[in-house]
Amino acid sequence: MSAPPPVHAEVTLTVNGLRHSLVLDTRTSLLDLLRERLDLTGSKKGCDHGQCGACTILIDGRRANACLALAVAHDGARIETVEGLAGEDGELHALQSAFIEHDAFQCGYCTPGQLCSAVAMLEEIQRGWPSAVTGEDPVAPTRAEIRERMSGNLCRCGAYVNIVEAIADVAEMP
Amino acid sequence: MSVAVRSIGAAIDRVEGREKVTGEAKYAYEHSPPGFVYATALQSTIAKGEVVGVDAEAALAVPGVLGVLWHEDAPRLHEVSDAELEILQSPRVAYRGQIVGAVIAERYEAARQAERLVRIEYSEHPHDVLLRADHPGFYEPEKVNPSYPGRTEEGDFDQAFATAEVTIDRTYETPAEHNNPMEPHASVAVWREDGITVYDSTQGASSVQDIVAKAFGLERERVRVLSAHVGGGFGSKGTPRPHVILAVMASQAVRRPVKLAVTRQQMFDFTGYRTPTIQRVRLGCDRQGRLSATAHAVYEQSSTIREFAEQTATPTRMMYSGENRRTSHHLTRLDVPTPSWMRAPGETPGMYALESAVDELAIAAGIDPVELRLRNEPEVDPETGHRWSSRSLVACLREGAERFGWIPRHGASRGPRNGHWLTGTGVASSVYPARRRPSEARARLEPDGGYVIEIAAADIGTGARTALTQIAADALEVSPGEVRVDLGDSGYPTAPLAGGSMGTASWGSAVVKACRELRATLARGDTPGLPVEAHVDTGAEVQGDEALARYAFGAQFVEVHVNADTGEVHVPRAVGVFAAGRIVNAKTARSQFIGGMTMGIGMALHEESLLDLRFGDYANHDLATYHVPSCADIEELEVAWIDEHDPHVNPIGAKGIGEIGIVGTAAAVANAVHHATGIRFRALPITPARVVGRVSR
Repeated sequence: MSAPPPVHAEVTLTVNGLRHSLVLDTRTSLLDLLRERLDLTGSKKGCDHGQCGACTILIDGRRANACLALAVAHDGARIETVEGLAGEDGELHALQSAFIEHDAFQCGYCTPGQLCSAVAMLEEIQRGWPSAVTGEDPVAPTRAEIRERMSGNLCRCGAYVNIVEAIADVAEMP
Repeated sequence: MSVAVRSIGAAIDRVEGREKVTGEAKYAYEHSPPGFVYATALQSTIAKGEVVGVDAEAALAVPGVLGVLWHEDAPRLHEVSDAELEILQSPRVAYRGQIVGAVIAERYEAARQAERLVRIEYSEHPHDVLLRADHPGFYEPEKVNPSYPGRTEEGDFDQAFATAEVTIDRTYETPAEHNNPMEPHASVAVWREDGITVYDSTQGASSVQDIVAKAFGLERERVRVLSAHVGGGFGSKGTPRPHVILAVMASQAVRRPVKLAVTRQQMFDFTGYRTPTIQRVRLGCDRQGRLSATAHAVYEQSSTIREFAEQTATPTRMMYSGENRRTSHHLTRLDVPTPSWMRAPGETPGMYALESAVDELAIAAGIDPVELRLRNEPEVDPETGHRWSSRSLVACLREGAERFGWIPRHGASRGPRNGHWLTGTGVASSVYPARRRPSEARARLEPDGGYVIEIAAADIGTGARTALTQIAADALEVSPGEVRVDLGDSGYPTAPLAGGSMGTASWGSAVVKACRELRATLARGDTPGLPVEAHVDTGAEVQGDEALARYAFGAQFVEVHVNADTGEVHVPRAVGVFAAGRIVNAKTARSQFIGGMTMGIGMALHEESLLDLRFGDYANHDLATYHVPSCADIEELEVAWIDEHDPHVNPIGAKGIGEIGIVGTAAAVANAVHHATGIRFRALPITPARVVGRVSR
């Protein structure tokens, strides 16, 4: 039995505003590309199977699990990671500040994914996308909505209560 | 000019917060030394037997593959005391998923491809993996983790139980559970002729340093272990796991730095887990609820290669009063991985059983369960006769009942029903020992006027870096901003691991001592110039600790909603009140308590590693099938603490808080489910599958 040789392809991506053109093994996931090739280790590998959310990034503005995305399938995409959330002057994104203020993390390993997920999630609510807990009324950023919509991002330290409060704070919920 | 600032107690932000929210904090696997390559672990596909041959030809033909290791060609290890770490030294397979080899490759993708092409031939024997009450292999371990006696006897339990006015005799079961920190275990090993460097995801850099040095026959000083940021551990990173050894071996074999990450699936095989337990609890009391007879017998497992006996019955020895008491542990050795520490080993499963049994006794005696606990408050530790350094269980129960709005109940009662939803409330006590271990630490005043603390401690998310900053600031009488704490490096003064809720107490004692010594040196004014430093060891101080019973206590109150149609159990709110000495950081401490309670809700309702009897390992070995609580599972958690001044625990007066939050939660939930449904679930977790059909619709 001989192994088939790996197939390579050229992929161009814009990551946090920077354009990268790379020749990649076509089996490379976006997550491994970020972490192992571009030294953007903010996106975390917690399961590599799309089950924990630690690798959540924004692909063309929508949240996605980078471990389930093959880089070659996203040629030309605009990627944002946790490293791109703060301003160029170093000023933190409102969610980053709220996470620190509310102690919305302990070990910090799920945090980049939680933050990227929260950024996109608040936009999804703004666009009126419903969730499993949305009733008859128009979608609003309630704590129940936050809990439901943030459930793809596991936190084993158990910071959920603080994560919800941090996001509610940014969403200006009472 | 420094001012006397009180930093301890303040709710200051985590000092490494910015690094963690920007993605700058680097965890073990994120270090990429020049010229590094990848290794992946090969695991046995049988549960018992021997590896008789390995055909690596196809794997080695994959472009970029540098080597395949197995027991016939792996480097020989020197001194290894933990049999779990003695990998690739013999053909023996002791459990399914045990490491039997490694693939080393230039690229991760190639390593993963080659991994599947390695053909391992086994001689397979029948395996025995199921813990059951009638297993013929049970014996009583002399000691249980870490060094408690396996059995205790006080008074005459049999006589007291036979004559008690109210008795219960119940058996409870808890499943195997896996720690599952979010960061999978990982090691980046750099082997050189003159020493080894390992970036490791560990709770204790000093202990990894020791064990790696011994295993590879090096002096301790020639091994350096770095772990600046660790993505959780909950005990599973408390001792080195076999992948550390494998990474170093691989680096030695190819003479290049090696990155090795344990996959989430592999974490269910060789990074430890909580043993399943079968626990028989017998309690006897008089009509006033005063306990006269207490017995707790625990049946649990270990592997065939190492004895790990969880100390499950130990809280029953000290929790409540009563003259006649028997506790025992019974272990059987199965063809399974060695169980290990998972958040509050012993107390967590033990208090689930004890606090469930106390609830059952309270109902049988017709006494409110809070009141029954209050009536069994011991004046001294019933096991040792030692005085309590402080004990505020009564205050926790009273404060918790007040905050929760507990309505006393006498005998069997049911919570209200609202349509399909049955509601109930439950209570349980929490406890965790407050210990400390010897530690070293260094304090230094830099030429720029800043203070630096160095200690080989670990911050696995506990907030250790922040707490030690506050402790040092107070000891130095400066503001926390003037202090930097450097930890997670075995090159710093030796420190015990982050475990057993002993970190703050052990490291904090050394930090206080180092800071005091530094101040004394500075006050003498006889040093030539800056920097000036003090390096201390608390060994003698800790050994001289007075014999006292030192414990943190707590009380948890939980409301549940049980759906009569679907069997779902929700926890809309829970209140935890804890008495853990002095709270060093009000913000991070609260996070620790709610984190523990959150994991406790998981234990009650979700978590269970399911055995596949045919293959002999856990079938639900990922985060899609092993359910940990998600955001939607956790609603309102309220945490408060009782101010305790306990000068007997350590110079800070702080008892550990990393574990007590999970202790008792599952019992409080199960007791609430009983109140809601009238059904006593004596096996965890209380899943819809177990509830549905048993609740009257």
